[in-house]
Formats: sequence, structure tokens, C-alpha cells
Amino acid sequence: MRDITLGQYFPGNSALHKMDPRAKLILTVIFIVVIFVARSVSALLLLSAVTIGMMCSTGISPRVYLRGIKPIMFVIVFTTILNLFMTRGDELLFEWGIIHIYRDGVNNAILMVVRITLLVLGSCVFLSYTTSPISLTDGLESLLRPLSKIHVPVHEFSMIMTIALRFIPTLIEETDKIMSAQKARGADFSSGGLIKRAKALLPVLIPLFVSAFKRADELAVAMECRCYRGGEGRTRMKVLRYHARDGVMLGIMALTVAAVVIANIYVPIYRLR
Amino acid sequence: MIENNENSVDIKTPFIEVRDLAFAYEDADGRRHEALRGVSLSIPKGQFVAVLGHNGSGKSTFAKLLNMILLPDKGEIYVDGELVSSPVEPDEDTIFAVRRRIGMVHQNPDNQIVASVVEEDVAFGPENLGVAPDEIRRRVDASLDAVGMREYALATTSHLSGGQKQRVAVAGVIAMLPECIIFDESTSMLDPSGRRDVMKTIQYLNRERGITIIHITHDMSEAALADRVVVLSDGELYLDGTPDEIFSRPDKLRAVALDVPQSVSLLHELAKSVEGFRVPDCIKDAEECAEYISMEFDRLGISAR
Repeated sequence: MRDITLGQYFPGNSALHKMDPRAKLILTVIFIVVIFVARSVSALLLLSAVTIGMMCSTGISPRVYLRGIKPIMFVIVFTTILNLFMTRGDELLFEWGIIHIYRDGVNNAILMVVRITLLVLGSCVFLSYTTSPISLTDGLESLLRPLSKIHVPVHEFSMIMTIALRFIPTLIEETDKIMSAQKARGADFSSGGLIKRAKALLPVLIPLFVSAFKRADELAVAMECRCYRGGEGRTRMKVLRYHARDGVMLGIMALTVAAVVIANIYVPIYRLR
Repeated sequence: MIENNENSVDIKTPFIEVRDLAFAYEDADGRRHEALRGVSLSIPKGQFVAVLGHNGSGKSTFAKLLNMILLPDKGEIYVDGELVSSPVEPDEDTIFAVRRRIGMVHQNPDNQIVASVVEEDVAFGPENLGVAPDEIRRRVDASLDAVGMREYALATTSHLSGGQKQRVAVAGVIAMLPECIIFDESTSMLDPSGRRDVMKTIQYLNRERGITIIHITHDMSEAALADRVVVLSDGELYLDGTPDEIFSRPDKLRAVALDVPQSVSLLHELAKSVEGFRVPDCIKDAEECAEYISMEFDRLGISAR
């Protein structure tokens, strides 16, 4: 229970791990856009190859990636069925009773499955698996800083994220403690229907909230004692700097974008749409 | 970077001086509870002061007033000869300047750590002060060295023990280069080994770095390690003196629901019942006390069985 954090970061030493979080965020956005630009089999194959290449370079076990796909299996199957049976087109491939499968349906189904899979794998490999939540927060704060000019509280949001990440393990530990204490008083959390179980959690949630407010109060005083006065005039120990490897990675991504566009237009091995 | 003062307590120039300090809380029903009523005290640079008192004696209020978390109803606070708090409300810059010079370590180790990584947390104070990144790095490393937590620089804060967390909190304060650190019952939630580590750190900072220490506690054996003990009772200054002076009057302490350290009490009992037994000049911790007693017994020719 103690090691649960937001996202699932797998520490490592690969080029992707060492990349600047800002560069990774930009990389991910470009990757997501390019997934939806790709329309031909050749372009999708190219993107898949790049993704698999990146996955291998991180040194994270393929089993971990499979586990990442699992939660969206339902979405994949659902969209496949929907696209397969609901799309109407000109070229009828198969007919049985009320079931009609058209060529366009098959195409759409393949396109969606590949896109969704790449989307999930891509965001895992570029962001959640290779970036610690802390550096992700730092990267977001730094990228969004221009927004503070129009009074978006960027620093405050990033401070909230930092504190939330810090207190998740503490609060989980506390929940465990309160649950044990209530169990010792005869509370039953594991039987009965959904409503009964939800009700049984109430005596856990109330003390948890009370103590969370107390913690927040004490933390605020402690932060003031350490001269915290908001984001203005604040410096950081770790200054984010772009390195050559960030340029190389963004270069690879730019080449991929160019290759996908070319593959879409000039090498349509098979145009899916 | 951190000034390495000789451990000379300069009585002439008080670092912190309070005159006639008073503060009252108002509870939910609008009733006033006087936490402090007219305390005057002067603390020289480099002194290690223990502030004792039972619950409700006003010792925590005293700490919060020095750090300007609370502002006094009455009385003046001087820091380094400069009046920082009088009935006129001080401005924000003064408050933050005082907090930089007088750091504070709180009671609950969990509720004063801001970041998930040890070194990021230590950097929090200097970052707030707007110190340059290279200098922050240097201060963080030096502070972690000072509390003996350098090897945990990249550890996750929630995985540390209570004593380790408290030492990280101390490092976070040292990184702001304070001249004085207030420990507001910082050892009360720790296990014995955590307490020992924190007390060692406090003594190191006081002796080697010349940092003025105000240690608020209700643990007598911790107070025995200080240069000076101040006892508060019912919001008033009750006793003020060296640990020897204070602990040689157990009856006065018991009158305000406090007790002398067990080792001191043992030495006094022995002096009463064993002829010729001398109470030592300086207060010893348990181990030294045992050694001393066996030495005294040898000298008096009593076989310690």
C-alpha cells in the first residue's frame, strides 16, 4: 500500500528517462497528433515501428506494457465491434441475417484499434513510465508559466500537485490505521451490498478528513515558517535545461512526422480511409 | 557559509529579548484564555535554552510569538537589538526577515515536510528566499551533512523514520542559515533512538555552529543538556537558571507538576542518605551518572552491589 503514487513510474537510465520533462511533454503532444494524421497502412506500420523502438530503448519489460494495455482492452473490443457492424459502405464483404460487414467497417476497425493502442503505449513510453511525477509537475509548471501572465495560477497548481504527491502515501497509511482501529471496534468492511459497504466506510472517512484538515493547517504554518510567500521571487534548486539529447529526440520525432505525411500521400500501400 | 562561531556565550548582547510579553487566546465562546502574562526574558547569542512547562503553561505560545506566527497582545520583542514586534503591527518584510533568522522545527514530523524527495524538501526554504540555484545546491548538501542525512538525499520522505524526518526538517531550517532555531516539542513524537539522534544534532548545531537553540520540551533529561533552563507556569516565568540550579530544587519543580530527571533525582537521594556523597557540578546523562555513582562509591569505600 505504501508505494502507491500517481501514475506508474519505472526508474531507469535510458535516453527517454534522462530527457527534459518539457521536451517529453512536447514530444507526447506531437506524437498524439501524428497518430491521428496517419491514415495509410504504411504510415501506421512506420509509427508502430517507432513506438516499439522507443519501448525497447527504455529497458522496461514488455510485460509491463501489456499490463498497461489491459485496462483499455474493453474499449478496444467495443470500438472494433461497433466499427465492424455499424459502418455502412459500398463493398459488402459478408452478410448473414441482419449482419452486414463492409470493407469500410473492417478498415475503420483496424484503424481505431491501432490508433488507440499506439495512443496508450505512446503516452506510457514518453510520459508516465519514464517520467517521475515530480519532474512531470516541474515540466508542466515551466511549460505553462507564460499563462501566469494572464493570471492563471500556474505556480499554485504545481504546488498543489507537489503537496498532493507528498501526502498520498501519508494519507494511505493513515487510512490503513483508521480501518484497523475501526475493525478492532467490530466494523465490517467486506460484506454486504455496495450501499452497505459504502456506509461502512463513513466512520473511516470522517476521521480521515478531520486529520487531513489538521495536517493542512500545520503544514501551512510550517511553510510560512520557512518563508513561503507564493511563487513570486522564488527560485528553484533544479533548473530545467534542454540538452543535446532532447534535440536529438525531437529531431527523431520531426523525421517521423515527415515520414508519416509522406507515407500518407506518396506510399499509400493501402489507404485505410 | 554557516558561520563557525566559537562556543562563547556573549551575555552582553542578547540575540532575543522579550519584555513584558502577553498573549491571550479567544475560544469559540468568546472567552479569553491568557496563555502568557508578562514574560520578560533575554537570550544571548549561542545559548542553548530549554523551555520547560506542563501543558497549558504557555511554552508553545512563547515559541509561536518568537517566530511571529502569533503577534503579541502586549510587550516587545527585540531580535538582535532591533524592535520587531510591538503593539503596532509589523510589516510582512519584517516578519519574513525574522523567520529567516529564527527557524522553527515543529512537533509533528509528517506535517512539516513539503516535498516527496529529501533534498527537494531541504531546498524549499532557500528557494522561497530566492537564493541562486548553485548556492541552494551547496546549502542543501552542507545542511544534509550537518544532520547526518547526506546518504538519504534522494530518498522518499514518506519512507523515513520519525527521527530521520525530523532531522530532514532541521536540515531544511539550517539551509536558510538561521542564527537561532526553535524546537517546538520536536522530540515528543519520536521513539527513544529518534530522540537521541535529534538531541545529538541539536547539540552539534549549538556547539559547532554557534546557533542559538530554544528547545521547548517536557522531557527533563533533554532539558539537562541545555546551558540554561527556563520554566514557565501559568503563563509566567517561574524559574530561570542553569540545569544544576533548577534541578537542585525538586520541590519547586514538583509544585508546578514537573519533575527532575531520574538521574538527578537519584543523585540527590543518594546525597541525602549516603554520608559524604557529593552531587556533581554538572548534570550527567544516565550512562555518565552510573559511572559517577560507581566512582563515588569507590571513593567512599562502599561496594556497589
